Amino acid sequence: MLSDIFKHIARFILLILIQGLIIKNIDLSTYVNPFPYVLFILLLPFDAPAWLVLILGFITGIAVDMFYNTPGVNAAACTFMAFSRHYILRLLSPREGYEFTMQPGIYSMGSPWFISYAGILILMHHLFLFYLEVFRFSEFFHTLATVILSSLATLLLVVVSQFLFNRPKAQNA
Amino acid sequence: MRNLVIFIYKNYFFFLFLLLEFFAVYLVSKNNYYHRAGFVNSSNSLVSSIYSSYDNARVYLSLKETNLLLAKENAALRSKMMSSYMDFTVKTLKVNDTAFKQQYEFEEAKVVNNSTNRRNNYLTLNRGKNQGIETDMGVISSTGIVGVVEHVSDNFCTVMSVLHKDHVVNAKIKKDGNYGALSWDGVDYQRATITGLPTHTKLAKGDTVVTSALTVSYPENILIGTVESFGIKSGETSFTVKVKLSTEFKKLEYVYIVRYAYKAERKKLEEANKTDKNN
Repeated sequence: MLSDIFKHIARFILLILIQGLIIKNIDLSTYVNPFPYVLFILLLPFDAPAWLVLILGFITGIAVDMFYNTPGVNAAACTFMAFSRHYILRLLSPREGYEFTMQPGIYSMGSPWFISYAGILILMHHLFLFYLEVFRFSEFFHTLATVILSSLATLLLVVVSQFLFNRPKAQNA
Repeated sequence: MRNLVIFIYKNYFFFLFLLLEFFAVYLVSKNNYYHRAGFVNSSNSLVSSIYSSYDNARVYLSLKETNLLLAKENAALRSKMMSSYMDFTVKTLKVNDTAFKQQYEFEEAKVVNNSTNRRNNYLTLNRGKNQGIETDMGVISSTGIVGVVEHVSDNFCTVMSVLHKDHVVNAKIKKDGNYGALSWDGVDYQRATITGLPTHTKLAKGDTVVTSALTVSYPENILIGTVESFGIKSGETSFTVKVKLSTEFKKLEYVYIVRYAYKAERKKLEEANKTDKNN
């Protein structure tokens, strides 16, 4: 249990640094700005209390905001995502409910479940983030294109990271 | 009252969400309210120290190019040194000039963080309060304008780049003298748009665009870019001009912060005008 907490803390720090120091400096285009740090919220365990997820979402957002010089924008988007996660998990729950051993990962839950879970939440996060950042409707379609392309990029990174780092341990795990 | 407490307790999840969300949006709006140095920006000490150590490692990669640039600049400077001129003048009188007073001072600074691919881009420079930097100072580079200082901490400052939705600068067509407002439309980091340029302006592709005397943050006649295309949008009575920016935002390494000696005086005078109008 305790080692799980350390695992999450380490993942938090690592994702924030990757986001702030590496991803931020990748200039693909103004349309493609991935935010894979949301993976931290996505991978929190199923039985994490809802209020804790909200607060963690806020903290994660603020930490990324410090790197991006956008006070509150990521915090608002990430809190919104943490809020939606509660309902999306309920919406996507298997018929028998979540079991204690299940983890919200691609190996434990299967690709269709994980991609729809991550895809919906990432899209919500990015919609909120980019529209709040631009904060005007005169650039509606440009922003929409940014949201969609960035969401796809983030989803790609999130799914790839699942295959790279979250492999199931040997049989006895 | 008791019912209210029970109601909030039952729906605590939703209310906690509202609370955090309001706080976040409050931070956003507070920041938009121009120059309120917040805690959440990259000039705070933790993030800026991460940035500067990261940058220390990164500069090694471009060391060769930087050296070349510095060598070129050294050569140019050396050729301007007194020792490389032959002195033909006869010094008879030394004048302590009272007619011309220094108006602008420039301080070099290093870019420790930069972005170009977001809707609102910022730079972080390694100069701050201790070096006398204040908000609203302009920042230029050897190739053109860069932005305006927004937040200042002890040793760092963040700069609102020209590539920011709130950055508007008064731009002048150098040849013609007419001016309009230049802002960035968020699509291409090399192109910006001038609006409100009068239709009798004589324009041609490739015309030089410079800062006008109307902007307080930048000196006059600093290069902005060149005219790429222009036209009158239907329903408007002025030119809309696409400008190719001369500043190479992806290559910025060293920039100059502009200190305008008479800014306070000028601002105070112009503010007085505004309050007059309101009354």
